[in-house]
Amino acid sequence: MSQKKSRGGGGGAAAGDDPEELSRSPLQAVLLADSFTLKFRPITLERPKVLLPLVNVPMIEYTLSWLESAGVEEVFVFCCAHALQVKEHLEKAGWTGKPTAREMAVTAVESHDAVSAGDALRVMYGRGVIHGDFVLISGDTISNMDLKDALQEHKDRRKKDPLAVMTMIIKYSKPSTLTHQTRLGNDEIVMAVDPETKELLYYEDRADSSQLYVTIDKDILASNPTLQLRNNMEDCYIDICSLEVLSLFTDNFDYQHLRRHFVKGLLVDDIMGYKIYTHEIRSSYAARIDNFRSYDTVSKDIIQRWTYPMVPDVLSFGNCQEIKLHRQGIYKASDVTLLHSAQIGANSVVGNATSIGENCEISNSVIGEGCNIGKNVLIHGSYIWDNAIIEDGCKVSNSLVCDGVHLRSGAIVEPGCILSFKVEVGKNVVVPAYSKVALLPQPSNEDSDEELEYADTNSGVTDSPRYPPFSSMRSADHPTVLSEDDDLEASETGACGVVGYIWASADTGIQEEWRQSIAPIPKDKLEELQHAASVDDDDGSEDDLNNRPAVLDRDDDSDVSAVEEDDYSKFEKEVEETFQRALDGIHQDNLILEINALRLSYNLQHVDCAGALFHSVMRGALVTAQSTNGSLLKTTADALGKWKDLLHNYTKTVDEEMEILLKFEEMCQETTKEFSPFFSKILPYLYDKEVVSEDAILRWAEEKENADESDKVFVKQSEAFILWLKEAEEEDDEE
Amino acid sequence: MDFQVVVLAGGTSEKLSPLVSKDVPKALLPVANRPVLSYVLDLLEASDLKDIIVVVEGQEAARLVGAWASSAYLDRLLVEVVAVPEDIGTAGALRAISRRLAANDVLVISGDLVTDVLPGAVAATHRRNGAAVTALLCSVPVSGPSDAASSGGKDKAKKPARLNIVGLDITRQFLLHIVSGTDVEKDVRVNKKKVRAVGEMEIRSDLMDAHLYAFKRTTLQDILEEKEAYRSIRLEVLPYLVRSQLRSSPSSGEGTTVDEIGNAAVPFNSHLQYLSQHRILAPSAFKKDLLSTGGTYRCCVYIASKSKYCHRLNSIQAYCDINRDVVGDASHLSSYSFSAQNNIIHPSSVLGSKTTIGPQCMLAEGSQLGDKCSVKRSVIGRHCRIGSNVKIVNSVVMNHVVIEDGCHIQGSVVCNNVQLQERAILKDCQVGAGYIVTAGSEHKADSLSKKVERF
Repeated sequence: MSQKKSRGGGGGAAAGDDPEELSRSPLQAVLLADSFTLKFRPITLERPKVLLPLVNVPMIEYTLSWLESAGVEEVFVFCCAHALQVKEHLEKAGWTGKPTAREMAVTAVESHDAVSAGDALRVMYGRGVIHGDFVLISGDTISNMDLKDALQEHKDRRKKDPLAVMTMIIKYSKPSTLTHQTRLGNDEIVMAVDPETKELLYYEDRADSSQLYVTIDKDILASNPTLQLRNNMEDCYIDICSLEVLSLFTDNFDYQHLRRHFVKGLLVDDIMGYKIYTHEIRSSYAARIDNFRSYDTVSKDIIQRWTYPMVPDVLSFGNCQEIKLHRQGIYKASDVTLLHSAQIGANSVVGNATSIGENCEISNSVIGEGCNIGKNVLIHGSYIWDNAIIEDGCKVSNSLVCDGVHLRSGAIVEPGCILSFKVEVGKNVVVPAYSKVALLPQPSNEDSDEELEYADTNSGVTDSPRYPPFSSMRSADHPTVLSEDDDLEASETGACGVVGYIWASADTGIQEEWRQSIAPIPKDKLEELQHAASVDDDDGSEDDLNNRPAVLDRDDDSDVSAVEEDDYSKFEKEVEETFQRALDGIHQDNLILEINALRLSYNLQHVDCAGALFHSVMRGALVTAQSTNGSLLKTTADALGKWKDLLHNYTKTVDEEMEILLKFEEMCQETTKEFSPFFSKILPYLYDKEVVSEDAILRWAEEKENADESDKVFVKQSEAFILWLKEAEEEDDEE
Repeated sequence: MDFQVVVLAGGTSEKLSPLVSKDVPKALLPVANRPVLSYVLDLLEASDLKDIIVVVEGQEAARLVGAWASSAYLDRLLVEVVAVPEDIGTAGALRAISRRLAANDVLVISGDLVTDVLPGAVAATHRRNGAAVTALLCSVPVSGPSDAASSGGKDKAKKPARLNIVGLDITRQFLLHIVSGTDVEKDVRVNKKKVRAVGEMEIRSDLMDAHLYAFKRTTLQDILEEKEAYRSIRLEVLPYLVRSQLRSSPSSGEGTTVDEIGNAAVPFNSHLQYLSQHRILAPSAFKKDLLSTGGTYRCCVYIASKSKYCHRLNSIQAYCDINRDVVGDASHLSSYSFSAQNNIIHPSSVLGSKTTIGPQCMLAEGSQLGDKCSVKRSVIGRHCRIGSNVKIVNSVVMNHVVIEDGCHIQGSVVCNNVQLQERAILKDCQVGAGYIVTAGSEHKADSLSKKVERF
């Protein structure tokens, strides 16, 4: 109730023109310290994502520092997974706890049932601590933008139109035309924006590449004669929200994802008329670390100082020593032990108390604190966190190596690997590209469903591993770690390979792993995509259904029929599956209902149902015959007897009966030749059971008369029966 | 300029009946007492485009147009009038004269266009962009009577009609998407590939295709030959060109050549696209990337500024609007000089006592008006005889019309040689040539014409 009141008060103040009161309410922010995704697994099993070091500083520090510099006065940090760690960190870093010199008040809000951003906002609403406009951000966002303009715009709009509930920050970023993702590894977004008011009219993320077209509803165009359709924008996931946003989440308890549900929900719903606006930033930086590729990209941006003042030598955290910037973007802490023959290349960071041995080569990499790196080590484009031990002669490229990892001499880590906390890699072992290794086993109940993106990380504590963690583990369904010279290895250490579990690739599947990995996109992939792009250029541009001329070209026609063919076979398959379920005891009426629904969804004729259903019945009979070793003829007879009523439903006209005959013939000839010897025996049976009438049989025979010899096989086989039918008919006539 | 101009002057359009007839083909319909075709031809003359083919549907119509053009533009323009069969569509008409085209570029212009956009500007844009086609887009005109006096109830909630939906690139030079005809009322479906290629596309529904195009001759001829079934430039040829912009191979749709070109383009493209992962490409890169590889078409637009007048005479409503505008808001289009009262009254016309001619009116030579007449916002042709107590508001009266005493004409079009007997009342009517409106009759929103004149 009290929230209601405060909401009403806030709304009134916003709608009324009392700028003084508006300015008096402190600027608040909600920081989600949980990404509600699985993308940083396995690392996030042990440490929350917002505490992962980004260029040796935990991500949340960047976000909080920015919020403070942007003039936010009160921040609510919403903790979910590993809430304790987050709170400890906040206290250690001096954000919470004893009153400090900080201007910004930070409060941790803890909840363990939230499985999504939507839940988090519902909890925030329940607490009733937000009183006006607030900034919604997740704890993995790096930015240096000035919020003032965006806030002012938002407030001005609110004064004129109380329905403008949210302002989204967007930034220019053209996705690659090949991979359809931005340089942060996010999927491309297609959005439509009113060029005058900047109102968001359409939003499509996770663009389904199978869909060739963007469809804009005609009503949108009717109210906005001009709109910009853009896919060169990136969503920064920084939102300025009004209080209504929280209550909207509460009203629509099925909203989970901020974009997929909330934004789309508001855009589609024209009854309430809530509006979302965009604010484009041009010169400042804003990016969210959503996956490993963006981790890599943002790290590089920080090193190259695009995020100034959020750079290593300005932003310091905890008790770490001062880091100095040297030429070529090399950052070094003061007490690094670096041998003379070691080379540190451009754009690298070396943390405190790290020692680097002879003849090492390090380039484009970040090395944390207290690492011990031996001789002749090659590190390229990688991120080594704190206290890692890398022995002589190791090679690490484009990988992420967490705290306490131990690479024994000669180990090679190929591009795209993630070695989670305290993993050990044996001597001369090669960790293959894109492996994910952790001491904790992969939770087994996980599957690749989209829904589960929300229903995870929340638990905070994972199940204790079923196996003792320190065991040399090889997962069966994954390429195991290869040792370069296995026998030698085994004799020396007894146990070779890796200490830890190798995770099967999680939600995306191995072939997509390269998309969001730290490693650059492999060349062959690019070529593949290039080729694919040039191939589907032609069909893509031609079949603009919207503009399809009244008279079709000939090649278009063939396309269409091919599509139909394809549709039909799909339909047939689906009918067969449905029928299979019917065998398990679904009621016949429901079956009919389902088949009819299928027919509608595939836009097919009633006739097609008869064929497909008959096909399914016969297949069923065949399967039974094969599994029970019974005679095919008998099982067929049984099946037809059992399902004749069902078939009757679809054999109302002679045409449909003909279809069954033709289908039967086709099956005998092509797909299920098992039936061919019995054709002439099954045909009379079909007649007996009144599945097909004599009219249909005679017409079929008639039609086949002029066909090729090969087509007449079955007519000939059943000649006797047809003759009998004809005579019977004549007799009937005579009578 | 190496430009050939094709003026598609139409024939005796059904849509405009009863205004057009055998004697008055569409091209010769008077707009402010000048044939509509003269507006286009004057415009071409002003742009120094003098090599003109006028295509007319039907032999008889062509003869009439030819006779008029040769006398009116003698020594000024090189006008050749060509007759084509009726109802073959705009693309069909072009196909019929395709062999006469020889210049590098062809300007195709509809004969019913009344505009002050110089075709020369479109042609220049076309040349500058090296485009395969350049289309003139202009703001959708607000149709219907503009003044409150005659506004019917249906025009109350007036919104500019949506005629086209176009997709433009950020520089508004390239035409990336076009929807015309009945599809404009449907949802808009834009090929994602195009959005990806340009990054940003502006979709506008407030522009219309003015039916003035500059084509590259070879492209035009290829399409006309290849797509024999295409009948309309606006509905078929232009959308086809726009659609196939992204294709690797322009003219031949065979798979093999596409593959060769596609493969050949790989090294260049992959390099570019690899770069684009890490660097923001300049807008000009689009031009390079999309338009210069593999011999693709380039479809461009020339967008007329909002202040320009652009209207097509393709309906009766449009006819009324254009007549009103040419003597009214867009008076610079007519080469007449207006009097202080903002109207044009020919010195040879005779006005009775207490007869008033309001502003934005035109009275042509030899017409006579009786006493106590009132003419507002109307055009009256040559040698009309108008009785006393006649009111003419928002109407067009063509030549040699006889209007007897006490008639009221409002929002109507009265063609040549019509006779309106006493006290006839017309409201929102069209009266075909030679028709006799009986005394005292009252018509509302009617189309009157002589029965069975043609078959």
